[in-house]
Amino acid sequence: MTPMVEAESVGKSFGDVEVLRGVDLVVEPGQVCCVIGPSGSGKSTLLRCINHLETIDTGRLRVGGELMGLREENGRLFRLRDSALGRQRRDIGMVFQRFNLFPHRTAAENVMEAPVVVRREPRAAARTRAVELLGRVGLADRADAYPAQLSGGQQQRVAIARALAMQPKLMLFDEPTSALDPELVGEVLDVMRELAREGMTMVVVTHEMGFAREVGDALVFMDEGRIVESGDPRTVLSDPKEERTRAFLSKVL
Amino acid sequence: MAEPATTGARPEPRDAAPVRHPGRWVAIAVLAVLGAMLVNTLLTNENFGWPTVAQYLFSAPVLNGLANTLVLTVLSMLIGILGGIGLAVMRLSPNPVLSGVAGGYLWLFRGTPLIAQLLFWSFLSALYPNLSLGIPFGPSFVVFDTNSLITPFLACLLGLGLNEAAYMAEIVRGGIQSVDHGQSEAAGALGMTRAQTLRRVVLPQAMRVIIPPTGNETIGMLKTTSLVVVIGYTELLTSVQRIYSTNFQTIPLLIVAAAWYLLLTSLLTAGQRVIERRYGRGVAGAVTEATPLVRLFSFRTGGKTA
Repeated sequence: MTPMVEAESVGKSFGDVEVLRGVDLVVEPGQVCCVIGPSGSGKSTLLRCINHLETIDTGRLRVGGELMGLREENGRLFRLRDSALGRQRRDIGMVFQRFNLFPHRTAAENVMEAPVVVRREPRAAARTRAVELLGRVGLADRADAYPAQLSGGQQQRVAIARALAMQPKLMLFDEPTSALDPELVGEVLDVMRELAREGMTMVVVTHEMGFAREVGDALVFMDEGRIVESGDPRTVLSDPKEERTRAFLSKVL
Repeated sequence: MAEPATTGARPEPRDAAPVRHPGRWVAIAVLAVLGAMLVNTLLTNENFGWPTVAQYLFSAPVLNGLANTLVLTVLSMLIGILGGIGLAVMRLSPNPVLSGVAGGYLWLFRGTPLIAQLLFWSFLSALYPNLSLGIPFGPSFVVFDTNSLITPFLACLLGLGLNEAAYMAEIVRGGIQSVDHGQSEAAGALGMTRAQTLRRVVLPQAMRVIIPPTGNETIGMLKTTSLVVVIGYTELLTSVQRIYSTNFQTIPLLIVAAAWYLLLTSLLTAGQRVIERRYGRGVAGAVTEATPLVRLFSFRTGGKTA
């Protein structure tokens, strides 16, 4: 089976700073892969490279077997134009740390936006599905609320529904609970847990070790742009092989 | 908010005496006297010529000038806004040629006086007696006589509109850049193209920042149109000037013009408020600004705006 995500010695620099130094990663369909590591380790950058919010400098990055942002023809690589990149990104949902909901649209309008604008679905049908999706994240009654009228946890759940509206094959979560009050973290993790149970392929950058242990199929520990250690979450978390992993875990657990 | 339960002996903060503002009462007294003086002079000084004002307020030449002012303002702002959006998008483009051309446009049109630009367009025939449509460096299909193509009206529109576009470009650019970059990322991650992101996500949010200065520009344009006097076009101010140069009733006729400008400015201000409310959706505290009347009323009760 083609891996959902396949990174081969991916490298990325911002100016003189090398953020990713040869990252290899494989995520199989249906797998939940959690990425942990100290800040500045490159875990968010790796996630943003997967849906081409950042371009990679070296290596190869495939999603569903397709090179992200590139097209190979007669052994030569060409950058994709805007619309073709958009077509690749439709299949990849992304949830941001700061939610990034559209503040001028209601919860339902946020969820409808991509189906209506990108896939040209009729508004009425898109709205029905949007309310359905909001129901799935427990917010059916807040469909007409603006983001500013929702709590952080509710906003993040709307953001998840918005990403699901394009029926993605892969969901990327960039520290989805880091901007939330502690008591609101649970409701977002519940939605993610449910999503994992339904078989969604997920890459989750997180500091929630409990979630990684319970829901994750694989755990990746990153430091200084490299994958230091990876494997079964329970094994890595309770019996890390690398000194660096041990040092990190001793501080966060 | 729920009323706190009142229990007998506890002192109630609600009953506390409000802060006194004696300075306010002094200011009110002074302003009341000045106001009375103003009303008095308006009514008793015959040089204001109120009957003359009334006579000319709705006269044909004044209304004709008013119509020209309105048409020029609306069309020039339309050119300015559309041109400004185009220039701002060019200016922000990663393509160095596009952003360079937009930068050059701004440099030229903001760097020369508007009067000079108006004169330039009206004397365009001195530079190009004929204008033609055809293949560059090749044959031309149609040839126009510049003087009959560029009427005074068109020269006004070109001068005011193209100049305004340069200023609007900076306003629009500021608005676009005020929108959090995460918005574009979220839109891009959903599969929207850059054009869709601009139209559906960035511009609607930028509008909140763009509208107040655009209202300023429109109100400014209303009065800047009077500069077209230099190329002999008639608008509100020139039409009253023509009248008072023959009957020497300068002050009353200037009052006529001022009254119309004030009325139009009031209408534009009200319109701006409506548009701002429309684009303030979803932003906490964007709509609930107290009107002056409400503020005046709450002032009586100690200046506490709820």
